[in-house]
Amino acid sequence: MASTIRMRAIANGETTEVQALVQHPMDSGFVKDSKGNLIPPHYIEVLEFQHAGKTVFTAFWGPAVAKDPYVKFSFKGAQKGDDLIISWVDNKGQSDSVVGKIQ
Amino acid sequence: MRRAVLLGLAMFTLAAPQILTATCHAADSINPQADFKAFRKYFTERFTNVPLNDFVNGPYSMDAGLRKQWLEIDAFPPYQFALDKGKEMFNTPFKNGKTYGDCFPNKGIGVRQDYPYFDTKSGEVITLDVALNQCREANGEKPFDYSKDDMAALTAYMAYTSRGKRFDIKIPDDPRALAAYEKGEEYFYTRRGQLNFSCASCHVQNPGGHLRTEVLAPALGIVAAMPIYRSEWGGMGTISRRFTSCNSQVRATPLKPEDELYRDVEYYLSYMSNGLPISGPGARP
Repeated sequence: MASTIRMRAIANGETTEVQALVQHPMDSGFVKDSKGNLIPPHYIEVLEFQHAGKTVFTAFWGPAVAKDPYVKFSFKGAQKGDDLIISWVDNKGQSDSVVGKIQ
Repeated sequence: MRRAVLLGLAMFTLAAPQILTATCHAADSINPQADFKAFRKYFTERFTNVPLNDFVNGPYSMDAGLRKQWLEIDAFPPYQFALDKGKEMFNTPFKNGKTYGDCFPNKGIGVRQDYPYFDTKSGEVITLDVALNQCREANGEKPFDYSKDDMAALTAYMAYTSRGKRFDIKIPDDPRALAAYEKGEEYFYTRRGQLNFSCASCHVQNPGGHLRTEVLAPALGIVAAMPIYRSEWGGMGTISRRFTSCNSQVRATPLKPEDELYRDVEYYLSYMSNGLPISGPGARP
């Protein structure tokens, strides 16, 4: 199956700008389906970005974050061609990760 | 809501002369070329600072703030997952070894601008979505639901390969084709539902206006961005989904997706958009 993560990281002098899009239902647990049954909660709890063995960004997400979430941030100290590891874990214990190159 | 209706009425009074000229032609005899000219003239004269090719960007051609947000979003578009899925589906052969490409001219790449077309054999308007399901059935596969998911992913990919190509909808010399065009036009301008809105009430009389928080898209070029990822839907939707949800929003009973009348409306709208570039798949609030 294709990865649930799309990322783009562009080194721009000192800082690297990172954008990522994650495919995830992010069900809050409060919404009902068409038959009136509650859709059980299913959301990402932790999203992490690692560069050179160091965590550069952590997001503690929860039920209030929208479906297919998007995140953008920048950090210092990376070079063009470096690897950036992105991973997430959700409340059901499912996870995904991807290694991307900084452009 | 009352304010919106009053605003609608005010806009209608303002816009009435142009609308009348547009429909008068049709009343005498069906003349798609004259309709096309009047329709184009109405939008370009009303929105003089919108470049013609920008109408395909719907609400973003009308509202600068919204446009800024969209440009940011479009750097990482929410339809990306659907597009990837569509590409994979399109290139995966059916059980009999054939592919979608075998059903279309130019292997299905860059053909979106030629749909819908009038099929002189069956005497019906064939949209891209219908052609895709016909292709599936001809190859022994089950047809897809017309509203979203698989169908939206496939059409998203096919639109993507056609980006920038200009709508080239033809009305063949066949009375049935003209009748389909006329039925589509009539449906578009007919008021319906508890709120008594026609498609044109919003998309011809009031583009750029607000419906609650949403900016209304102009009818000119409105089909060029389909299918769309709508944040409101939290997912992709096809033209059928747009038509059915528009009808429910005015509290009318929607037709079945890809109903003959809906296909006629798409035929009419696409003909009105002739010469405008395909911009789909799109992202809308």
